Amino acid sequence: MAKMEEKDIAIQITGLKKRYRLGVIGGGTLAGDLQSWWARIRHKEDPNSKVGSKTYGKNETFMALDGIDLTVYKGERIGIIGHNGAGKSTLLKLLSRVTGPTEGEIKLDGRISSMLEVGTGFNGELTGRENIYLNGAILGMTKAEIDGKIDKIIEFSECAQFIDTPVKRYSSGMYVKLAFAVASHLDSEILIMDEVLAVGDMAFQKKCLEKMSQVSKDEGRTILYVSHNMNTIRQLCDRCIVMNHGKIIYNGGVEEAIGIYLDVEKNQQEMHISYENERRPIYIGDNFMIKLMGFDLLNRSEYVFYPDEKIEFQLKAHCFLDCENISLRAELKNREGQAISSAFIPLLKQATANEDYTIPFSMDLSCFRPDRYTVTFVLFQMNDISKASMEFDVVFRGFSFELRQNENIFWNTKYWGNTALNFLEKK
Amino acid sequence: MEKKWTAVIKPKKKLLDLNLKETFKYRDLIWLFVARDFKTRYKQTILGPLWFIIQPLMASVIHTLVFGQIAGLSTDGVPQFLFYLAGSITWGLFSGALTATSNTFVSNAGVFGKVYFPRLTTPIATSITQIFNFLIQFAIFGGTALVFFFLPDEHFRVTWVAALTPILVIQLALLGLGFGIIISSLTTKYRDLQVLVGFGVQLWMYITPIVYTSNELIVDGVVSKLYVAMMLNPVSSIVELFKYGWLGAGSTPWLFWGISWVTTFVVLIFGILIFNKIEKNFMDTV
Repeated sequence: MAKMEEKDIAIQITGLKKRYRLGVIGGGTLAGDLQSWWARIRHKEDPNSKVGSKTYGKNETFMALDGIDLTVYKGERIGIIGHNGAGKSTLLKLLSRVTGPTEGEIKLDGRISSMLEVGTGFNGELTGRENIYLNGAILGMTKAEIDGKIDKIIEFSECAQFIDTPVKRYSSGMYVKLAFAVASHLDSEILIMDEVLAVGDMAFQKKCLEKMSQVSKDEGRTILYVSHNMNTIRQLCDRCIVMNHGKIIYNGGVEEAIGIYLDVEKNQQEMHISYENERRPIYIGDNFMIKLMGFDLLNRSEYVFYPDEKIEFQLKAHCFLDCENISLRAELKNREGQAISSAFIPLLKQATANEDYTIPFSMDLSCFRPDRYTVTFVLFQMNDISKASMEFDVVFRGFSFELRQNENIFWNTKYWGNTALNFLEKK
Repeated sequence: MEKKWTAVIKPKKKLLDLNLKETFKYRDLIWLFVARDFKTRYKQTILGPLWFIIQPLMASVIHTLVFGQIAGLSTDGVPQFLFYLAGSITWGLFSGALTATSNTFVSNAGVFGKVYFPRLTTPIATSITQIFNFLIQFAIFGGTALVFFFLPDEHFRVTWVAALTPILVIQLALLGLGFGIIISSLTTKYRDLQVLVGFGVQLWMYITPIVYTSNELIVDGVVSKLYVAMMLNPVSSIVELFKYGWLGAGSTPWLFWGISWVTTFVVLIFGILIFNKIEKNFMDTV
């Protein structure tokens, strides 16, 4: 990196900040604003502020980006990772000039084109071909440039057969393919992408990643790519930054960055997790008979486990009304949110109103394989006669943990699955 | 050696940093927007593009009935239907350009929020679409005029002023564009203006000589204060010249036309300035 000179810089960001106002921004009607203004000069309470919303007053602000400094050299493929709300998308928005910064500046060398969303400006009534022209022009190409590339774009999109059909008749996959085909054939020197690869089938995703790598290597284009999918980051990027609370907390190698990112996620989970204010599904309502109040991880200080270990924890519940035959269902979900398995456990034969219950558990991990798991807890009552269950409480994100693999075995979870069951034996 | 950057993004734009050059670079996009508007406008309708023609014809029929027959307003001896048709299509151009551009930001928020291109391309394309609409309607006007030309007892005359038509058309579109982008910039914050545009434009038509001639306000060769007030409305003199050119009705208010041009430029420049200021951060308030 040291031999890079100033002329090789593609993007230089210095002291970049973006501030958003919290609460309601500008009443929305002229009359409302005048009312607020009139109240303010008389030192009266704003008639348009919500009752009890003192906590997020009009002048409170939130720094979506809090001082970003970043230099990107030409031909680099930079991955940007961070949990939701870290400021990744805001950074991309500023770079693509969708909105302006509050402080600091961005210097760009080269045309920039952004794909914050695929198919921006697509019109359902127009045919695929017409949309290629429209979308290409929105992304900054001239008609002549598109003319020269249209055959390549159509071929890449795999939609040649339907190219003269209105896109509203397309399947969502075809739509995405067409949109990506246009965007990836742009001539711009800097390409910004926000999880556009999250859609489309596996084969097409692979094709897109290869295309991106190829344009970066062959034509020296710079790529900034935001994703929550670590595999695509690994495949595409050669440098990675980790963002947290509007700041860059790491800038360097991809694997190190992913490690730091996962730690950031993990550290945000305390040993004690309160469920009291956790959002419940609507059908649960607000009048609980019995409610899960919290979770404690026992005998451990972090949420990292190995398959030969057990997770020991306890759940706290509060009973509001007398009820009986309460059972617990624990649903284990993998990183993609797919349910892997569920356990049904009878919990309380008889629960008494205004009573607190603390119930210890032990979770066996021996048949699960490396991934990041989330456990959902459901309290329910089984009706003995109809055999139907009635749900009393649901906590979707009970807790999350990282299951690592024992060093001697390599398990490829993505292709081999989340569980290791002994279903086959040699006769 | 100081590096030359393609673009520098800073918090505040200079007031006069208009980027018109960049807008010009995106001219292909403007034309594609125009083509899109035309292709998609009347998809899945029974009458399709016929609507371009039906609207002014119906308006003229109603105007003939209400203002011509019932109210009995003078049309300077020109066939009533033709007189009102000329009024409808010119007014349609101005009001169309104004209303269609006045919700630029709100209706395009989805696209604007995802990708950058010079925002001014959208209202410009909309105005060009309106000019094309006008040209179609103007052809209908011409056809109708030809029919009336061969009818006995119907008189109108085409004067040399008709040669100014292209300028008049462009001026109407520019004026509509100017007012439209001012309103669109303000509607990012205040949605009330959208309601105002709806009936404001309707009322505006009545202070413009669309269904009457300015001659009504000239009594014994002396212009009334009302005449001056009406003519200060920048649309009035344009409409008057159009009708004088093609039908020989009304007057040729050259002085007021000059004032109208000044107004057009002031409105347009002010519009572009405010539009330019809003476009940068409007995504945060829209």
